[in-house]
Amino acid sequence: MQIRPRVIPCLLLDWDRLIKTVKFKNEKYIWDPINAVKIFNDKQADELFFIDKSASKRWSINLKLLEKISSQSFMPLWYAWGIKSLNDAQKVFSLWFEKISINSWTLNNNNLITEISKIYWNQSVVVSIDIKKNIFWKYKVYSHIDNKNTKLCPFEYAKKLEKLWAWEIIINDVDNDGCMNWYNYDLIKIISDIVSIPVIALWGAWKFSHLKKALHEWRASAVWVWSMFIFHWPYRAVLINYLSNEDILKLN
Amino acid sequence: MKGEKIVIIDYGAWNMGAVLNIVKKVWAIAVISSEVSDIEKADKLILPWVWTFDTWMLNLKKSGLLSILNKKVLQDKIPILWICLGFQLLWKKSEEWKEKWLWWIDAKSIKFNRDLFSERLKIPHMGWNNIDIKKRNALLQNTSEQLRFYFVHSYHMVCNNKSDILAQTFYGYDFVSAINQGNIYGTQFHPEKSHKFGIETINNFVNNI
Repeated sequence: MQIRPRVIPCLLLDWDRLIKTVKFKNEKYIWDPINAVKIFNDKQADELFFIDKSASKRWSINLKLLEKISSQSFMPLWYAWGIKSLNDAQKVFSLWFEKISINSWTLNNNNLITEISKIYWNQSVVVSIDIKKNIFWKYKVYSHIDNKNTKLCPFEYAKKLEKLWAWEIIINDVDNDGCMNWYNYDLIKIISDIVSIPVIALWGAWKFSHLKKALHEWRASAVWVWSMFIFHWPYRAVLINYLSNEDILKLN
Repeated sequence: MKGEKIVIIDYGAWNMGAVLNIVKKVWAIAVISSEVSDIEKADKLILPWVWTFDTWMLNLKKSGLLSILNKKVLQDKIPILWICLGFQLLWKKSEEWKEKWLWWIDAKSIKFNRDLFSERLKIPHMGWNNIDIKKRNALLQNTSEQLRFYFVHSYHMVCNNKSDILAQTFYGYDFVSAINQGNIYGTQFHPEKSHKFGIETINNFVNNI
């Protein structure tokens, strides 16, 4: 691999708190997000990704918190949830966030990706696909707006998103969130093979070997990690950490 | 250096605040301004990144800053640091953009050529990567740790004068990642998003040039 492996802490927010979930439920309070950002700064995390779960309850983005976060950060920042329109995207970009991730709203408005990409260049827009198995054990695109599976096939949906100028695709295996059962490699590999844009793996990594496998064997362009960077085994005590530069280079 | 007036040019760029933030981090004072009077008095200029060159040029033309920029950079020869896309403005020719260039450096901007890649890689070049310094300079200096910065771009420069190349980076093949000609400095990478390496770079520009 020619470029430094991308290992991105994915911080889950709920209002002004950092939390952890299991399958997007059973929330556990972790810490204050600003202090966590300071620690990731000190540990020179390469990028930070924020998902604000409460944005879907409030129907608005917590811009005050995002402003505080970006004023503390000297690395690229991403944000997800609650972006429903170009106006929402503009508000987040104005706070020096590098990229935004759109998820369920693209199901209602496919043009949203193209609208934002035309002004902010398509590298600024990534699309997140939540995938969950239905009762027949077939993968389907999951909607957080409706809190249920749609009828969409995630593989065809990924190809469609590429045509709509999505820059990267993030694969969320909803059944894997918080379980520390490692990434769903089949999903990552299939989608990485059928699209030419970067594919990122989310949820499930617990060990260093999970990251290596996702980046090498399954050709994910980046990996997002949360549990591994906030919990210390075996009692899942909260301990914010990040890989050292030497460890990241070992992922090559 | 102490007492210098540093102006971050305001032409509607997205990340001016991030650049101001990193300048403050190195204990320097800068202002974000699009006023000709401020730029006229500036001792140093920083031009942050914008989404597309066409947007940049249109904004620059609207703001009436083209002639003052030419005067300050080419006549008065004050140091200017151009970050990322603004970088392409230095070039004489680019494949992508419709607006005319500011012709300051003899170079062109081309898209990464996948056919020349030594392995299968995605475009854009996005993420952290190392740089190799090619000439002695005050902006980028070797340390005990390999210098690395954050990149996000699909185009890169090709300099006609090798002496303008300040640093190179490898992504599929070697490309120019920083340039310097006299008072003009340009980086393809984003120092404002590059942690301690970016902070050191901005510190060098503000305090050592």
